[in-house]
Amino acid sequence: MKEVELNTTTINFGPQHPAAHGVLRLVVELEGEVVQRAEPHIGLLHRGTEKLIEYKTYLQAVPYFDRLDYVSPMCQEHAFALATENLLGINVPERAKYIRVIFAEITRILNHLLNIPAYAADIGAVTPFLWCFEEREKLLEFHEAVSGARFHAAYFRPGGVHQDMPEGMEEKLFEHFKTLPKFIDDLESLLTNNRILRQRSVDIGIISKSEAIEWGCSGPVLRSAGVAWDLRRSQPYDAYDQVDFEVPVGKKGDCFDRYLVRIEEMRQSISIINQCLNKIKPGPISIEDNKITPPKRNQMKKSMEALIHHFKLFTEGYRVPAGQVYSAVEAPKGEFGVYLVSDGSSKPYRCKIRAPGFAHLQTLDHLSKGHLMADIAAILGSLDIVFGEIDR
Amino acid sequence: MIKILSKIDGINNVLENNNLLEIEFEKNNIIKIFNELKDNTELNFNQLLDITAVDYPSREFRFDLIYILQSLTKNKKIIFKTFIQVNESIESITNIHKSADWYERECYDLFGIEFTNHPDLRRIMTDYNFEGYPLRKDFPLTGHTEVRYDDLEKKVIYEPVKLTQEFRNFDSESPWEGMENKLFGDEKSTGEN
Repeated sequence: MKEVELNTTTINFGPQHPAAHGVLRLVVELEGEVVQRAEPHIGLLHRGTEKLIEYKTYLQAVPYFDRLDYVSPMCQEHAFALATENLLGINVPERAKYIRVIFAEITRILNHLLNIPAYAADIGAVTPFLWCFEEREKLLEFHEAVSGARFHAAYFRPGGVHQDMPEGMEEKLFEHFKTLPKFIDDLESLLTNNRILRQRSVDIGIISKSEAIEWGCSGPVLRSAGVAWDLRRSQPYDAYDQVDFEVPVGKKGDCFDRYLVRIEEMRQSISIINQCLNKIKPGPISIEDNKITPPKRNQMKKSMEALIHHFKLFTEGYRVPAGQVYSAVEAPKGEFGVYLVSDGSSKPYRCKIRAPGFAHLQTLDHLSKGHLMADIAAILGSLDIVFGEIDR
Repeated sequence: MIKILSKIDGINNVLENNNLLEIEFEKNNIIKIFNELKDNTELNFNQLLDITAVDYPSREFRFDLIYILQSLTKNKKIIFKTFIQVNESIESITNIHKSADWYERECYDLFGIEFTNHPDLRRIMTDYNFEGYPLRKDFPLTGHTEVRYDDLEKKVIYEPVKLTQEFRNFDSESPWEGMENKLFGDEKSTGEN
């Protein structure tokens, strides 16, 4: 028998590495420069969110969701709000639904405006990063205007949203989204036909249709493989059944397709926001039931009843009927789900968070096999990994 | 769909609740059931979304083990549930759904449920050399150990948790039943003595 000498090098990538997009430790086995095996070690950002939520009331649990995937905060509150509303058996008012859709889409654009240039930076282009951050800042001002916070908004609450949009906001949004398509065109002119970007991303990290389904992929990763699956379309929630939009799909499922899908999704989000702005009407922004929605401050100054409700809601919280539910939203990264179990008290008995990135990172070993070490950075960037939601 | 599901061997209870199918199954038939769910063209549950558990310490079968499946062709989500005792193990479904790999590892890490025939059942979320199962209800919220970097010894040190303030978990739901220790003079009101 012939003797074969194994000559592999094992290297440690991370936990602190700019291309790891957070704290990812990757043990990579290389033969020459070719990846044989890439094993992610995760959990370095594990904060025990699920355990903490079991000790908080339903309202107190909302801010934890901002801190999971910290680049798309509102979409995650959305999933929790929907799950709680489902258990409570309540239906939020029309205006709240539209506001939620508008801000979920702004969040989607925010997320993609971070992911695309970060991905580009990983493979050599720095300028888009600076451009997109300016644009993100403008969008974050809308977040700030409605919730008072740029990132950790705690704006979508079970029963509706926290407060109405300030006066004149609709016109401002309308004006802003007239200019954004131009920006996306400019961004594309830097990237899409760029030779370096194409060389680094076409045919890198290919995932086929059946593999993508098999590995539990969702969102842009699944769509880039050619599966036209979007929860906003197939299982519409809030006002998504009132708007018309297209679901972009890729052909090959490589890094470049994932990039293209995200670019097109931003365009579709702008269209969704414009449609919502045309359809939104004045009205209540959360259900008018003081057993769930806290009274407003000016009511509390005048009414004893309101004061009692306020006190009860912020100490005990509202009780949620016993039961279990799984609610999912199409977050910018994919299907973000909340499996909520209530025992009838005012605190969730169990709250399992289904993070899209967890399933995506799992495919890394499969995607990077046979590629070069440098391609790992490209694949990681194109999967849109954020450790807040993976480690929870 | 409910009809086809309830015919499968080992499925006990099919419930439709909140627009969601909830199904209980026998844990011994897990491989057969999940193969059937995936291959039957009428069902085609081709995507495993998550595996998780819920801990009920007072029950004999302490854990609810939950599988969330989705059919992309039928546009349907299903919650599968089975019951498990503390030192019991269950067959891994990594051969049927590849994504089960990390989900089962997470479940093992946080609840201590063992999956037999799993290719690589290690802890995933918690620290290297971590002890205990954090999502069990009897695991304290504050944990057992805390970590700091010691500047003199130049290394990370693990030591038992020291709380500057006692852990407080207010029971605001039952204000009139909250007090357990008797106050001086209480006996007069209850008519004891």
